[in-house]
Amino acid sequence: MLKILKYSFYDLMRSRWSYVYFLFYLLLGMVLLFLNNDLSKAVITLMNIIIILVPLIATIFGVMYFYNSREFTELLLAQPLKRSSIFLGQYLGVAGSLTMSLVLGLGLPFALYGLFQSGAILNFSLLILIGGLLTFIFAGLAFNIAISNENRIKGFGYAVLLWLFMAVIYDGLFLLTLIVFEEYPLDTFSLIATVFNPIDLSRILILLKLDISALLGYTGAVFKDFLGTRLGFIISGAVLLLWTLLPVWSLSAKAKRKDF
Amino acid sequence: MIRIENLYKRFGRNEVLKGVDLNIPEGGIYAVLGPNGSGKTTLIKSVLGLVIPNKGSIKVLDRPVKGQWKYREEINYLPQIANFPGNIRVKELIGMIKDLRQKAGDEGTLIRMFGLEPFLDKKLANLSGGTKQKVNLVLTFMFDSPVIVLDEPTSGLDPASMIALKDLIQKEKQAGKTFLITTHIMQFVEEIADQVVYLLEGQVYYTGTLSGLLEKTGQKDLEYAIAAITSEK
Repeated sequence: MLKILKYSFYDLMRSRWSYVYFLFYLLLGMVLLFLNNDLSKAVITLMNIIIILVPLIATIFGVMYFYNSREFTELLLAQPLKRSSIFLGQYLGVAGSLTMSLVLGLGLPFALYGLFQSGAILNFSLLILIGGLLTFIFAGLAFNIAISNENRIKGFGYAVLLWLFMAVIYDGLFLLTLIVFEEYPLDTFSLIATVFNPIDLSRILILLKLDISALLGYTGAVFKDFLGTRLGFIISGAVLLLWTLLPVWSLSAKAKRKDF
Repeated sequence: MIRIENLYKRFGRNEVLKGVDLNIPEGGIYAVLGPNGSGKTTLIKSVLGLVIPNKGSIKVLDRPVKGQWKYREEINYLPQIANFPGNIRVKELIGMIKDLRQKAGDEGTLIRMFGLEPFLDKKLANLSGGTKQKVNLVLTFMFDSPVIVLDEPTSGLDPASMIALKDLIQKEKQAGKTFLITTHIMQFVEEIADQVVYLLEGQVYYTGTLSGLLEKTGQKDLEYAIAAITSEK
């Protein structure tokens, strides 16, 4: 698996897209710092962008890489290699190189601005960590979609729909339910509903850590009660990890059954 | 060497293999023949574990292959369509496959044999179909494995390379290798094959020598014999 990872990573490092992604984050970090002129404020703005953009880029990139490397995959499948390690190696290569672009692209401008001397370092690290997890989660989901769909157009369609659902539609439905059932106590429901969407979960985790949960009103207090504690933080972190592992497990199960 | 028992494979509603039984002993060249869509490639891909059969068993070197991957160390496989990642160079591709297989490969002789020296630093996307097929052949023949599986090895080759390929096959056969070859070029079969396996509608219609097939169909020429079986059905 490490060999496949090496070749996938190497292949991606030579592709233009990794640099585009890296430069995009570099530019974003610099512009945010320039506009906000303050590290902690820039971190909050950054959160809103990371929460939406990282999943989108990971999804699109994951599907694109899977379809583009079909020839490479076919070549590898005939070699004495374990099937699951071929796909896991490619997945880790994609997710790893995207995470590297994210960490370097955002890390460089913030570090130059004096991140290490400021109090924002913890918040910033959490933000990057969650960005990395979201990359792994959505690249994994994208690989699952691509391996189940021979048709590239369909695969791309489903992948974009998945992102749209998680980033936009889910919140809409969530809000709608809250309005329709406003007469009932909804604290438990909203907690559970949040856990089922990695984007929402990440957002709330960061909001709580940044101590701006007051923005969430009464529900914010409930969330703070649960997620703000050490136990809550550990549980939500575990759920995010579960979100990362589930697509990987399903990918290797799908790879075992597929005909090429 | 390769033992296939009661093999079934279905793609959606399309039943491709319907109970194939085949036993291939060690040494010699076996040609798998059959009309388009008779299941030749599916059969070969099942042996390699690229296609997962619905029913039946396959053993390579007396070991069942289901869910296994180690046995592929004993097989060199030439895929039908040479699909390579387009953005890497020929030299890098050869090095990569050697690295992945962890085996010493004798690519130098083969590169000279097929005249690939000028292409070593070119990207695979810029090669012609025939040149890609030559690279494909180098990748297949550079390792020393007891089983060699070739799916349409002649496609796109010029006459000189065709002769080189035939010499190569004969040389490896002398070394005691077992070949499984599919092709539509009957002249090629007549020249190199020891035994033929004829697949028809997902089943083995005939296994044996070439002359036996001619006798069975009452034809003088292999091409006509094949055509006769196909139109008869």
